[in-house]
Amino acid sequence: MRDKGKKLAKRNNEMSVVMYFFAAVFMAMMCYFFYYVQFKAPTEINSSYNMRQQNLAKKVIRGNIYAADGSILAEQAMNSDNEEVRYYPFKEVFAHAVGYDSHGCAGVEHAANIDLLTSDSPVNEKLQKEMAGVRNYGDNVYTSYDVNLQETAYEALGAYKGAIVVMDAKTAKILAMVSKPDYDPNTVSDNWASISADTEDSPLVNRATQGLYPPGSTFKIVTLLEYLKEHSDDYQDYRFNCKGSITFDDVTVECYHGSVHGNLDLKESFAKSCNSSFANIGMQLNLKKYANTCNELLFNTDLPTDLYYSKSSFTLKSGADTEEIMHTAMGQGNTLMSPLHMAMITQAIANNGVMMKPYEILKKTNYLGTVIESYEPQKVKSIMTENEAKIEQEFMEEVVNTGTGKKLSKLAYTAAGKTGSAEFGNVKGQSHAWFTGYSNISDPDIVVTVIVEGAGSGSDYAVPMAKRIFDAYYGE
Amino acid sequence: MSTAIVGLSRYVLIFFGAMYAFHCFMAFVIGKGSDKNWFYITQEAFMILFHMTSFLVLAITSKNVEIFTLGAFQEVMLIAIIVLYRILYPECSRLLVNNMCMLLAIGFVILTRLDQTKALKQFFIVAVSLAVTMFIPYLMIRFRELRRYTYVFGGIGLAAIAAVMVSGAVTNGSKLSWQIAGITFQPSEFVKLLYVVFLAGMLTEEDEDTGRIMLKPSLQRLIIGGAAAFAHVAILVFSKDLGSALIFFIVYVFMLYASVKAPVVLAGGAAAGVVGSLIGYKLFAHVRVRVTAWLDPFKVIEGQGYQITQSLFAIGTGSWFGMGLNMGSPNKIPVVEQDFIFAAVSEELGCIFGICLILICMSTFLMIINMAMTANDPYYRLMALGFAVYYAFQILLTVGGTIKFIPMTGVTLPLVSYGGSSVLSTLIMLAIVQGIYLIHDTEGRTVSYEMRGGYAG
Repeated sequence: MRDKGKKLAKRNNEMSVVMYFFAAVFMAMMCYFFYYVQFKAPTEINSSYNMRQQNLAKKVIRGNIYAADGSILAEQAMNSDNEEVRYYPFKEVFAHAVGYDSHGCAGVEHAANIDLLTSDSPVNEKLQKEMAGVRNYGDNVYTSYDVNLQETAYEALGAYKGAIVVMDAKTAKILAMVSKPDYDPNTVSDNWASISADTEDSPLVNRATQGLYPPGSTFKIVTLLEYLKEHSDDYQDYRFNCKGSITFDDVTVECYHGSVHGNLDLKESFAKSCNSSFANIGMQLNLKKYANTCNELLFNTDLPTDLYYSKSSFTLKSGADTEEIMHTAMGQGNTLMSPLHMAMITQAIANNGVMMKPYEILKKTNYLGTVIESYEPQKVKSIMTENEAKIEQEFMEEVVNTGTGKKLSKLAYTAAGKTGSAEFGNVKGQSHAWFTGYSNISDPDIVVTVIVEGAGSGSDYAVPMAKRIFDAYYGE
Repeated sequence: MSTAIVGLSRYVLIFFGAMYAFHCFMAFVIGKGSDKNWFYITQEAFMILFHMTSFLVLAITSKNVEIFTLGAFQEVMLIAIIVLYRILYPECSRLLVNNMCMLLAIGFVILTRLDQTKALKQFFIVAVSLAVTMFIPYLMIRFRELRRYTYVFGGIGLAAIAAVMVSGAVTNGSKLSWQIAGITFQPSEFVKLLYVVFLAGMLTEEDEDTGRIMLKPSLQRLIIGGAAAFAHVAILVFSKDLGSALIFFIVYVFMLYASVKAPVVLAGGAAAGVVGSLIGYKLFAHVRVRVTAWLDPFKVIEGQGYQITQSLFAIGTGSWFGMGLNMGSPNKIPVVEQDFIFAAVSEELGCIFGICLILICMSTFLMIINMAMTANDPYYRLMALGFAVYYAFQILLTVGGTIKFIPMTGVTLPLVSYGGSSVLSTLIMLAIVQGIYLIHDTEGRTVSYEMRGGYAG
């Protein structure tokens, strides 16, 4: 009998191999399926290509979006015709930050779309409502937005086109994000045709993340970093005599508004934002390493964020001509940056070189307030050494103390930063005003990045706006 | 009342599906006893409940009473099949009959939801196919001389796919089908069956003295069999039907392995498979397209990645509990009722139900291979093994492709997907497998009887 069993087992050896092989294949497939549905799908389906989100809205009342202090930024409400509509109490102020829930969605409405349309109500209530054919309440989303800072930034930018990003210096959570021209999210759906057709002002574009601008002198932060990397021992020996302009190979670069800065070391070159000196530095740099440094700083690549953004670009390569090198080193040339990216680099400097992932959603709760998921700050990577970051900090403090950022000195709080006046187009003298910096130099609190389109110099236009935001933060 | 039914139905249908799938695996565990009858009746009850509840929901949500009539006819047919099999073949594998009916029921439900005209057409095809294939086990028990016609099967199969290659219509970059009187006919679906039967014959040998069928055939038979298998695969490759070519290749490798009992066959098969895939990738643009769409579909979402991303959106949005019947948008997926039927099932009935569906298919595979193991005649053993491999690999290709586990090959989900050729060939296959089981069973009883007698003596 046992022999018979053995014989049968032997006879079935190959059959067993085939059976176990395919059983393993089935198991692997089911494991992958489980992994996909549980972990990958929730983020993947939050795509504007997914038309099925409307199906979810038939079963769930879209959840609310809150500011950090609990103010409602978006909720469901009834209009005068007794129809359910999305209501945004702050109207234009949070237009780009919170976004809208129609036409593919934007802002937080887009980032948290599936969460807002998913109900994590208690199971018994959920079942009861499903049986009664009544919609369940979707989950609520709490953002990091600070209503006071957002309103201040919105007012500070005034009637200018441009953008302001404010983030926490240690965690990179976004406290305010303004872009102008703007729109009223309450009526964006009704006025969609005219708003989306406005290519001159493009109010739908979130300039804070999607706008790409020449960085102007704020880019000297990057050129400085490259110089520090190449001259870690002797950067203090750098000297330059500024006569208002500099010429290499018949290419001349002038300082802003023809200023003559005289004898400068590296720190003074940075603080006074001397174009001639930085063109001079650019000519000394190893272009291959320069490009590598920029790639390390996340130019030409994806930014670690869930916000909808445009990639910054840095195109200088070894073998570039003199004009391109000089212009690139002082922040003109072909370089383009988004204000968000500028804020991220500033945040890393303030945080001793460690870049954090910018985020705006702090937690997701069900409608009763039970936390379903909360999100912690995430480290991206060190984009420079702590020592390099300290030197950058010191130089940016000098900008405020003696240089182009003087309007931020002698206040109840301390600040550091870099201004920029980025020339654009062919008309000489027209420039975008930039400022990027942070407050409380001993233990940085917030990062503020400002771009004002076509306004003029950074110190005249962008710095005062940044000052208003710092004032608001410190309660002045 | 009706809203409560619709609201609850998502969970109820999952429960029925899960209970059914649970019985599929319990079937392998429970011992032979009188409770077996009740066990299968319980399983059948869950199948009927699933089908009835689904059609109730479909009728309510689409406010169409005709749907209910269609459902009632299907119900009668499914019950008739189960009863007829019990009467005609009391010793048949009831698990296999039930799984066949359950998969058809799932197909009916989802097709009715997707496209009522197609569902009706599918119903007629299934009804006729079942009526015809019901006699196959009987014929197999009566006529045991199948193996004599081995060369005939091989010849017909080769001729058929060769003819398709020459004259076939071009669909989706692959020459696959014939149009006969308005009905599109996919010969490769049937050639698969002939191919397995042919290989089972070629890879066994008849002992000239005793007349017994043996494994490990002569070199001559191995060479002829190998050449014929290569010819099948080559013709399919030239017809650009690479999915079928892959299935034919895999079936050959595993059948050869089971016949000559040499693990080196598997190693060689794997190596040849890798080399073949690389050559296919280099040679054929539509293979590259599918690999690109598999690697990162979101990069090419508006082109080659559209179909698979729609499938993933459907699965992901439906999530574990599904949107409910008629509450999703499965029709946004191109060719949903054929290659992507699994995505439609997952979207509306939920991914838990999707897993149940995979489990039902898995238990069908295990049952067929179990039959291969218990059969005595090596010819039928090999045949059953070939069908098991063919079935399992097809499930892997279609479900795996739909969930982006592997690149999409454009294969249907047997018995669930829409398509007459596919459903008929699968039903023939299952009928043959039942036949093998019944042949074994009649023999097996004599064996056990003799054994008992021997012990008594």
